[in-house]
This record gives sequence, C-alpha cells and structure tokens, in this order.
Amino acid sequence: MSAVILADDIYVAQNIGFGIIAAVMIVGALKVVTSKNVVHAALSLVLVLAGAAAQYLLLAAEFVAVTQVLVYVGAVMVLFLFGVMLTRAKLGQEGDLNNKNALLGVPVALLMLGVMSWVLIDGFEDTKLPQDGDQVSVQAVSDSIFKPYLLPFWALSFVLLAAVIGAIVLARKD
Amino acid sequence: MIAVDLPYWAQSLLRVLGGTVAVLLPAGTIVYLFLFKMMSFMQSRLGPMEAGPYGSMQLFAEVGKWLQKEDIQPALADKKIFKIAPLIVLVSTFILVAVVPFGPDAYFTDFEAGVFYALAVSSVSVLGILIAGWSSANKYSLLGGLRAAGQLIAYELPMVLAVVGVVIQAGSMNMQQIVFAQNHGSIFGWDGVGNPYVLTQFVAFGVFMIAVQAELTQTPFDMPIAESELVSGYMTEYSGFRFLIFFIAEFANVGIFALIASVLFLGGWGVPFSWFGWDSMDAVDDWMNVVGPLIMIGKMLALSFLIMWVRFSYPRLREDQLQRFAWKVLIPVSLVNIMLTAILKVAF
Repeated sequence: MSAVILADDIYVAQNIGFGIIAAVMIVGALKVVTSKNVVHAALSLVLVLAGAAAQYLLLAAEFVAVTQVLVYVGAVMVLFLFGVMLTRAKLGQEGDLNNKNALLGVPVALLMLGVMSWVLIDGFEDTKLPQDGDQVSVQAVSDSIFKPYLLPFWALSFVLLAAVIGAIVLARKD
Repeated sequence: MIAVDLPYWAQSLLRVLGGTVAVLLPAGTIVYLFLFKMMSFMQSRLGPMEAGPYGSMQLFAEVGKWLQKEDIQPALADKKIFKIAPLIVLVSTFILVAVVPFGPDAYFTDFEAGVFYALAVSSVSVLGILIAGWSSANKYSLLGGLRAAGQLIAYELPMVLAVVGVVIQAGSMNMQQIVFAQNHGSIFGWDGVGNPYVLTQFVAFGVFMIAVQAELTQTPFDMPIAESELVSGYMTEYSGFRFLIFFIAEFANVGIFALIASVLFLGGWGVPFSWFGWDSMDAVDDWMNVVGPLIMIGKMLALSFLIMWVRFSYPRLREDQLQRFAWKVLIPVSLVNIMLTAILKVAF
C-alpha cells in the first residue's frame, strides 16, 4: 500500500480494509509482548499472522496468503502452542515472563523498522499498484522460483534440511 | 454460462446462504442417516423412532434439547478462550466450503489455488481444538487437545502429498479445472467415463481417505476423544450449545471432506462431457447448475457412508501405532505415488 495517496485513484474499500486489519495487527502485536499469559501471547501472535495473510489477500496475492495461513497459522503456531502446553502453560497470570534483557529489543526493533522501510522505499519508490489488481497466478510464482531464483531456493532448502538434522541430533540421546 | 447478471450484493448474499446450506444440510443428513439409523441397524436395533416418521425429526429435538441446557464453564477455566475455541472450529468449517464447486456457475469462489486453500483452512481447526483442551483446566481435556494436535499435524502431510498427485495429473490447483480435467479426460483414448482420478490415482485416493478419517478424528483414529481413556478428550467440559457447535462442526467436516474428495477423485459435479459433446467449460449446459449439486450430494453421501462405515466397524488404534502408520506407511507411499505420477505425466 502506498503511503502517499493522491485524489484520483484511491481504492476506498481496500484502504479501509487495510486500516482495520493494520489496527488489529498492531493491537495484536502489542498484546504478544505485554500479555501475562504465554498462551494468550501465542494467540495474539496468531492474530498478527492471520492479519498478514489478510493483507496479502488485499494485495491480490492469493497464493502467498494461503501459504501464510498453512505455514504460520496451521503449522508453526500449532507446534508452538503444542510445545508450550506440553511444558509450562499455566492458566491465569504469570509474573516472571519478562526477560531482563527486554530493553535490548527496542533498538533492535527500531533497526528492523529502519532497514525494512529503507528497503521497501528504495525498491519500489513511488510505484503504484496496478489499477485492476491483476492476480499473480500460481504458475507465475512457481516459474520465478524454479527459473531465476532456483539457486537461492536450493540454498534455503539446504539450510532448512541442516536445521532439521540439527534438531534431530539435539533431541536424540543415543 | 448463465446470462442473468445479479448485482454484487445479491450474489454475495446468495453465496453466503448457499454456503450455510452446504455446511448444515450434509451435517444433518449424515447425523440422521448414518449416526442415528445406519449405526442402529448395524447393531440390530431401530434407533430413534418417536420424533416424526422413522425418527426423522429426532435431530431437531436434539438441537432443542441442547439449546435449553445450562451454559456451564469450569471455575478454573480460561473463560474467554474457552468460549472462542468452538467458534474457531466452526468458522474454519464454514470457510472451508467456499472453494467447493457445485456446478459450472454454481460455485462460491473460483479460487485459483483452490485445493491448496482447502488444505490450509482445514488446518486452522486444530488451533481451536488445542486451545479448547487447554482452556478447560482439566487434565483429560489437555491430553485430548495435545493428542488431537499431534494427530492432525501427522495426517495433514499424507493428505497434502496425496492431493499433489491429483494436482500433477490435472495440471491445476483450481477445483473447477480439476473437475473439467476429469470429465473431459480419457483413459488411453477411451472417454466413455471421462477420467475420474479414483481410477488412475487410486493410491492417492486410498491415502487421502485414510488421512481424512484421521483428520476428522473418526474411529479408528479417535484417540483425541477416546471415551474409555479420556472421558471425552478436549470436549469433556463443553455442554449445551457449545457442545452443539463442536458436534455440528464434526459432522459438517465429514460432509465437506467428502465433497472435496468427490471433487478431487470422483469427477465432482460433472458427468463425462463426451456424453453430451461438451468440449470446454463454457459449452456445459445450464441445467448442470441444477443437476450438478444433486450429483455432488449423491457422491458426498456415498463417501461419507464409507467414512462412517469404517467408523462403526473398527476398534481404536493405539497412539504410537497411529503416529507410526502416518510417518512410516502413508507418507512414503504418497511420495512414491507423486514420483510415479510425475514420471507418467512426462512420459505420456
């Protein structure tokens, strides 16, 4: 979504939708770090991730949106909750959730914000979304993954494989 | 293609109504036909006979009973999450039906990545089950929720991998395109029955139906609600209309997964296009919009009959057997199936 809105081509519905979803995501993100209960925090994180999926839908990127739901809401968060519930999820409030290094997070967050805004502004400058909002077909996505971006894709798969093997090695005692 | 042009709001209204019917009608039918009647006949008893002819109004009586019950929540429960959990399960059921096509124009959304969407959305209900178990403040509930999460994650993989075979063969993830590819296809040049993928992808069909049985937590995969071990698993503390929501979601999911399976493997709403000389999606006659949903309901009933038949026939697996079966049998089999399908697709 472009930050500068000119009078001619405002997509009213999309902008209202964006605003509402963004507000929900921000509230959710704040709740993730302020909540006094681990499970509540995790559920707020679900809200943020589902909000991201909704934003992708607004950008007519259906495939990415569905992937976001499948990977983050359906798999990562379920495993996360699964792990938390197996180990320590108490009902009610917990007092000792704050890490003593919590303040370190502030500069890191600001740095992330700066880097990401710079990359986005530098990459797109004042390009607008196409008026018709052409949907990116699944075929186009796979064509670009398996043609120009094949090597990075392989590298990523290799990193993930290494992580999986590492996890198995750590988990097994024998 | 139908020439009537409805305004956007009217279309949306029709689709919402259609979606509600497509969720509740199969759920009610499955509960009455299979859960009440078929199970009773298999056990040499009559089942409900009092409410309405042959007990056909029994379901309405049950719903009325559940709605009147007191809304009980455990004192220690996490009240807010306890209330949200069944809704997450039911909502994921309702948005799941949005990609199922019922006819050439009778669809809710013509989503390009339709199958992928169905698999993604069906995984959201795990979240509801997991937090239902946790928020009940009951050890049996928590165990049930954890079992459910482990089981649903394990069986989602073979389900996705089984669908990949179909997607490779159809060359599309769009449900309408998959229906078209099956009814317009031919098996070695013979197009008498089209090419329903249950014939060419029978391995994927087997894996998919077993995985569906496990995703729906129907016996022999009902460890999450195993009544002899965990009282009623994650549902233990739910009563009244909150239990009703879980109950509706369970049987609506049976119906919707049967619908999705019939689209993927049995040719969906279509009849073999060669019978009527249709050679593209646009050439399909308008009356298919009426006949298509009936065909879908027929196939849905046949497949959910299969699911319920297995449910009433087999004893429960053990937890470790269930995990071993998913990871050591179903996933390797479906991976081999993907490889063979890809080789054959390139060869022919």
